[in-house]
Amino acid sequence: MAQIGYSKKVMEHFMNPRNVGTIENPDGYGKVGNPVCGDLMEMYIKVKDDIITDIKFQTFGCGSAIATSSMVTELAKGKHADEAMEITRGDVASELDGLPPQKMHCSNLAADALHEAIKDYMSKRESSGKTGIKRGKATG
Amino acid sequence: MERIYLDSVSSKPVDPRVLAFAKQFLEQGCGNPSSLHSVGLEAKRALEDARTKVTELINAENDRTIIFTSCSTEANNLAIRGTALRNIGKGKEVVASAIEHISVLNPMKELQKNGFSLHVIPVDSMGIVDSKKLDEALTKQTTVTSIMYANNEIGTIEPIKEISAIVHDKGLYLHVDATAAAGHIPIDVQADGIDLLTLSSNDLYGPQGAGALYVKPGIKLQPVLLGGGQERGLRSGTENIFAIAGMGEAARIAKDEMAHETERLKGMRDRLIQEITTIEESYLTGHPTQRLPHHASFRFNHIEGESILLNMDMYNMQVSTGSACSSKTLEPSHVLLAIGLKHEEAHGSMVLTLGRSNKMKDISTIVKAVKETVERLRKLSPLSKKGVI
Ligand code: FES
Repeated sequence: MAQIGYSKKVMEHFMNPRNVGTIENPDGYGKVGNPVCGDLMEMYIKVKDDIITDIKFQTFGCGSAIATSSMVTELAKGKHADEAMEITRGDVASELDGLPPQKMHCSNLAADALHEAIKDYMSKRESSGKTGIKRGKATG
Repeated sequence: MERIYLDSVSSKPVDPRVLAFAKQFLEQGCGNPSSLHSVGLEAKRALEDARTKVTELINAENDRTIIFTSCSTEANNLAIRGTALRNIGKGKEVVASAIEHISVLNPMKELQKNGFSLHVIPVDSMGIVDSKKLDEALTKQTTVTSIMYANNEIGTIEPIKEISAIVHDKGLYLHVDATAAAGHIPIDVQADGIDLLTLSSNDLYGPQGAGALYVKPGIKLQPVLLGGGQERGLRSGTENIFAIAGMGEAARIAKDEMAHETERLKGMRDRLIQEITTIEESYLTGHPTQRLPHHASFRFNHIEGESILLNMDMYNMQVSTGSACSSKTLEPSHVLLAIGLKHEEAHGSMVLTLGRSNKMKDISTIVKAVKETVERLRKLSPLSKKGVI
């Protein structure tokens, strides 16, 4: 079934989203609203030695918002925080085999929520005086 | 999974009896009703037969009141622009309810750009037009007032007789868009006091490509399409005989079966409403009793309509929604905003519309799918942390 021109991969992530939920005492937390349609996304990360070891999300939004948040958690998990900061909405969309043009703005939401969570982690890390571990070999 | 189609308000399958009747005009080809030879005459006969059947569905004065168009959007455009432009000497004001279809609102907005003033009449939280505000908005300069018979998104049926009395009291014309209502509830243009009425073929289980405008005897319109002068000069262009003949037959069947079918649909609708509103933080939208017999519309807190639609499609059940995410403009439905819903409330809308293919035995399957859908999406939603599932 091809709804609103969504790819199979989008529908697969919509039906079976990865990493749904919340994390208690996360190392980073991000929350963004979609200014276009009023939707909401929350992202939680656990970080060890600057590597994102766990990530969870919750989304109030359309099918594409749910699928992109699921995909962004998959892309970010296991990555160095600096590296995960570089994940763009384009990466998310292309991993999902593309999104209909009118749905590209939803993938912004996913990338932004992840970046917010990482920034939150970084600012906590700085204020606790710890320095980051340099981005090493990619693990993800 | 067997398909359970629940979106008859968006599109209906052509009734097999309609197809069996009308397909002769595709298979054997049909003449042009304007031709004077025998083949043309046959086409003319088919056209006039359809006109009679549509006349009977709405109890119009005579066959000449029915103008066939290509769809209800065209009929709405003809009604509004045709009346406004023909009566421009009288005034430049037009009136519509806030929940009219965009094929009514957009031609009015277009007139507004050309110097007309547009008065939009609010509705209450159940979608009933504010008759006091309507009364206040009407002036001697009002050339057309458009109020729909029933709304396609929330199912509310307007008190047309009462509205027509207000409009006629001031000596003005009332246009009624009956696209969503016709075939589902009895419409009597004479008893209801309607001057112009829009109908669609597909909403009667006829083929797409035909619509009609009823024009009360004596009312003069300016045509929108100019050409060969078909349809009493009001709608030039060679008639689509297949679609029009199908529309006629669809109107006949709808009229014959309405009483029985309405009862059957109401039974299913009421069960849907009763059982779906037991879900926590779920609400019926539109009027609880003054509503179309096949229409059940809801909203759910904390979740979004396009996801509901996609999720229901996984059960092979097709529904519709007025959520912002599902619209081309990313704006929530103007109807849901007009009944006073906040943007985020309009977000969780789901519309189920029943039709001839639906059966009572399917209702529990539908309710189960809706419950599972709402539960699953709420688990994904950051807004439902407070334990509402
Ligand atoms: S989140 Fe609203 S359109 Fe995708």
